[in-house]
Amino acid sequence: MLAHGSGCTICVMKRQLLSGNEAIARGAWEAGVHVGTGYPGTPSTEILEALKDYPEVYTEWSVNEKVALEVGIGASLAGGRTLVTMKHVGVNVAADPLFTISYIGVKGGLVIVSADDPAMHSSQNEQDNRNYAHAARMPMLEPADSQEARDFTRIAFELSEKYDVPFLLRSTTRISHARSIVSVAERAAPGRPAGFYRNIRKFVMIPAYARLRHVAVEERMEAIARDADELSLNRIEEGSGGIGFVTSGVVYQYVREAFPDAPILKLGMVYPLPENLIRTFAKSVETVVVAEELDSFFESRIRAMGIPVRGKEFYPRLGELSPGRVRAPLVRAGLIPATDGGEAPTAPAITVPPRPPALCPGCPHRTVFGLLHELGMKVTGDIGCYTLGALPPFSAMDTCVDMGASIGVAQGIEVAEGDAYKRDTVAVIGDSTFAHSGITGLINAAYNGRESFVIVLDNGTTAMTGMQPNPFSGTRISGEGAFALDYGKLAEAVGIDRERFRTVDAYSKEEVERAVRELATLDKLKLLVVKGPCVILRRKQKKEAS
Amino acid sequence: MTVSNILMVGVGGQGIILASNIFTAATMYAGFDTKKSEIHGMSQRGGSVFSHIRYGQEVFSPVIPEGGAHFVFSLELMEPLRWLDFVNRETVLVSSDKRINPANVDTYPDGVAAELKRIFSTIQIVDVKKLQSKIASATFLNVALLGVLSGFLDLPLPAWETAIGETVPRGTFDKNWSAFTHGRTLSDGATEKRSDTGVIGDKGRAPDRG
Repeated sequence: MLAHGSGCTICVMKRQLLSGNEAIARGAWEAGVHVGTGYPGTPSTEILEALKDYPEVYTEWSVNEKVALEVGIGASLAGGRTLVTMKHVGVNVAADPLFTISYIGVKGGLVIVSADDPAMHSSQNEQDNRNYAHAARMPMLEPADSQEARDFTRIAFELSEKYDVPFLLRSTTRISHARSIVSVAERAAPGRPAGFYRNIRKFVMIPAYARLRHVAVEERMEAIARDADELSLNRIEEGSGGIGFVTSGVVYQYVREAFPDAPILKLGMVYPLPENLIRTFAKSVETVVVAEELDSFFESRIRAMGIPVRGKEFYPRLGELSPGRVRAPLVRAGLIPATDGGEAPTAPAITVPPRPPALCPGCPHRTVFGLLHELGMKVTGDIGCYTLGALPPFSAMDTCVDMGASIGVAQGIEVAEGDAYKRDTVAVIGDSTFAHSGITGLINAAYNGRESFVIVLDNGTTAMTGMQPNPFSGTRISGEGAFALDYGKLAEAVGIDRERFRTVDAYSKEEVERAVRELATLDKLKLLVVKGPCVILRRKQKKEAS
Repeated sequence: MTVSNILMVGVGGQGIILASNIFTAATMYAGFDTKKSEIHGMSQRGGSVFSHIRYGQEVFSPVIPEGGAHFVFSLELMEPLRWLDFVNRETVLVSSDKRINPANVDTYPDGVAAELKRIFSTIQIVDVKKLQSKIASATFLNVALLGVLSGFLDLPLPAWETAIGETVPRGTFDKNWSAFTHGRTLSDGATEKRSDTGVIGDKGRAPDRG
């Protein structure tokens, strides 16, 4: 190994190579965070996984994002600094508490991370969660690399307490899953949370008190917007040339790469916007181009200020940008000259077969989907690895909407088909997804007298996002043992009798087939648990044991 | 201002992420600014996996600009053909000759190696069967191939050593290091004049360190 001596870079610098997600965890730890909650979801998952390794911080995988935020709210109101993490669509689940905690405010700093996924590398939609900042009347910061991810997280805690409001921190896949060098510091001595003290008019949102708080919310947003002009997170980078760019996040890096000399207004706080700073910048250049991925969030707002800008006429509302995709449309429009050396990419002269992701060899879900394919049943599906059952060779999934939707959608099909319903629909859902929001759907089916046939594919883990435990796994994020939810008792609680509840071995094709065929013919609500550990988890456990 | 761009590709489960973590750490220990970008999630289930690494004096985009790859490093033979948007006439290819059929495809396409030779002016395709017989096990092939790539680059050996030491699982350093150094001896790059690769030039000369 290297002999570390004086002058060795490794020894003298507190510099680490961190992913954006690790940097957010680091920033939160340095800020003295007490509590971290969340639900796994790409690209957010590694934030909490990194935070759990700091012994001073309590972390949990909550049952879903709504609960994660509610636990976070309680922790904040008891005076703890709190980080809540989720992917973009997770914020939809947490939206209910989100909009009202905006009224209540915080005690300990509360930072909510929304990790967005432009281009949908691993998501069912590519919603732009900057819109939540406006809709929930909450400020939002957006870092542009790992260093800023660490810095902005620290600052977000301070600003959250200063303005008495939760802060949203927006990341995207290219920030969360990119690594770069980060200068780090030690943890501030945070002291113990002060504890919860009653403040009924501020914490109890009945209409009379909420009306008062809404006034405070709007005043607060105005104050933050005024201060945004002076906020160091928003900065003008001087340059030359007639075109000035307004941008944020990873797109800032693309703009710097594509136009090294251009003036740039880099927004670190993406909501509310610094109106005076934008005016100053716009006056200093001939043309303002807004470079943003997905929605026309900055552009529409800046135009509403009466400042002429261009943007979406060049850049798509879909997918990710890149240095090339930031530059090419401006060349095509004649705003900047083409550079030489722009050789067209070579196309391969042979056909390269696509390599789509697929269920792993030996995956316990293979049996069920093979069978459902054979039986030709209508399959309402859900979110997880097993959504790959929709692809060939199985092609055994007919819908996939959101977490838990399989069970509700199956009921709707049954209701609408009415007398024509032939018990040929089955809802298929994974264990973690079932705990997340499938159980409420099951209760709905029981309550409303549906005949739904629900299959839970229990592979003992939340596999898609990298093996996180869940309420059925018997362990917590820390690895310590935990209560495991009992399917049998759950079935009993929703009135499913013994004949209509079965647990079978995922690896026994005969068992699975017999259970599916028999249960499908029965009336009333039915629950089948197909149990078989994830092959990747098994391999991992074997490795750890040896 | 020169930034070196390395595109690392392969198939889920082959160890691209580990190899790219080692590489990125090595560039940091060699004194460079460095960034890496990759996609997790779906791509791990036997799909195509890629990782962008960029290092130099100052790096902005974590993603390699189109046509900007100096090197493509692949753990599977046909994978480089998926990423030609990032390739230019000077791009160097270091690839394993390992052939993995995509799920539901029974025959490997013909003429992949010839096509790679047509597109890449400098190319080293490594016979992995031969390589595997010289190292502890197939587990270390990714690191051995990284050794082959390292021969084309001006990163100092101690930076690689530190990077491998801190990245690989505990207790596997010796086997990984020996795989890496063996790969390095096989590298065509080692026999070329380093400046001929045109990638790093004199800025790449790493600072001395103890």
